[in-house]
Amino acid sequence: MVVFLLGVGLWEGLTTAFDVETFLLPKPSDIAQAFWDDKAVLWDYGVYTFREALGGFVLGSSLGILTALLLTRFRTAGRALMPFAIAANAVPIIAFAPITNNWFGLLNPFSKMAIAAVLCFFPVMVNTLRGLTSVNPRSIELMRSYAAGDISTFRHVRIPNSLPFMFTGLKVAAVLSMIGAIVGEYFGGPTNALGVSILNDTQLFNFPRAWAGIALASAFGIAFYGAVALAERLTTSWAPSARGFRGE
Amino acid sequence: MTAPTDTSVVSMTGLTKSFRTGVTALQDIDLDIRPGEFVSLIGPSGCGKSTLLRVIGDLIQPTSGRVLVNGKSAHQARLDHDYGIVFQDAVLYDWRTVARNVSLPLELLRWDRARRKRRVQEMLELVELTGFESSRPWQLSGGMQQRVSIARALSFDPALLLMDEPFGALDEMTRERLNMQLLRIWDASRSTVVFVTHSIPEAVFLSTRVVVMSPRPGRIAEVIAVDLPQPRGAATREETRFFELVTAVREALAAGGGHDSGRTAATTTEERY
Repeated sequence: MVVFLLGVGLWEGLTTAFDVETFLLPKPSDIAQAFWDDKAVLWDYGVYTFREALGGFVLGSSLGILTALLLTRFRTAGRALMPFAIAANAVPIIAFAPITNNWFGLLNPFSKMAIAAVLCFFPVMVNTLRGLTSVNPRSIELMRSYAAGDISTFRHVRIPNSLPFMFTGLKVAAVLSMIGAIVGEYFGGPTNALGVSILNDTQLFNFPRAWAGIALASAFGIAFYGAVALAERLTTSWAPSARGFRGE
Repeated sequence: MTAPTDTSVVSMTGLTKSFRTGVTALQDIDLDIRPGEFVSLIGPSGCGKSTLLRVIGDLIQPTSGRVLVNGKSAHQARLDHDYGIVFQDAVLYDWRTVARNVSLPLELLRWDRARRKRRVQEMLELVELTGFESSRPWQLSGGMQQRVSIARALSFDPALLLMDEPFGALDEMTRERLNMQLLRIWDASRSTVVFVTHSIPEAVFLSTRVVVMSPRPGRIAEVIAVDLPQPRGAATREETRFFELVTAVREALAAGGGHDSGRTAATTTEERY
């Protein structure tokens, strides 16, 4: 927090001292002023875009988790499909934004959700898969000795074991979903979307307001990340990464 | 335990296990274990003692031969929850409290909550961990974790307790204390135990019979009956008969081609000839 405030202070001081042009880098005070002047409108834009991001996050993450479960259960099929999943991930997904806009319609929020969802899918799937499969083989033998079936083994061993891994993926996905929604909007969208607003402001040389939009988008991204991190803390307090040195 | 007392708990005939790599881990194993016995399997690394334990527990399939547990196939015995297993590491679930770790097999057996709670209390009392119900596994020492693991294995009254070097990772003092506790638990639960170990004194101290195995391929070299009086205690370790039996097991190991002279790995250089 201190570092953040120092950074902003330095930014303000240097832009004033060297009289930096507004289109290059506006002063933080100007950005704050631009936000304050238009806070209700910008906030609504932000909420609209965040809804798209959230929708994409829920969709992409659920599909990622479901795919990971299926790949763990049907291991041979999983091995056959993994190279394709990795190849698909190497495709610059952002490049598809104009296509999804075309598919679902420019003004349909689903066109942005689709981009966010595709971005979220891979990190969640890969991390969850890792968590589901990196189980101590002894604990699987133990479940076998209790004559436990596949469903019980997933419920009592594999899924709890995967939670810390899954949350790593979800935290990455939370940030990516906001990026996906904004970038999707750069290729066109309703005027009440944050990405469209940022784009319009830069074209109208209203740079402080554009920066205010960017700051708001970051704030939503950080808050979303924080919410997922909090959910992680609440559900996996037993995990080595969460317990710190308390238990040692 | 429904089996009549005149039958064996475990009966193995002509048991052989070869792996696809061509290694014969077990060859022509014949062994009967009677109810209430404490049988140790001892031998150098690679003699197949853990493999034998896994074959009894239906965790791997023998290549040929027959295993009967309480007169049933090992597979049926597993489905009937006849096995309680304890591994070298405690394999506790970090996301469950100590009490809920012990109750996991009971949940799978669909015991109702009140009955589970009662049994967990009894089991924790048995392993002297009352008061640690809501602790998390990682908050306990290695020895305590292993006691939770034993409580869990015994919680559903299995006919047979299979232990794969359960105290191998613990220090000598903890190990001796847990040996005493295990004998008390064995006496209280009247279960049959098959116990894999590297330690000759441990095998002699705990067992009613010590099965000495020899490596490559794994065979039974000798079966030594331990006639030390029950119940055993700290004084048992100082009896002349105890030392005689330790020597007998050591000689049987040497004759069988294994030179594992006890509890440390420091014998590897001698093992070369």
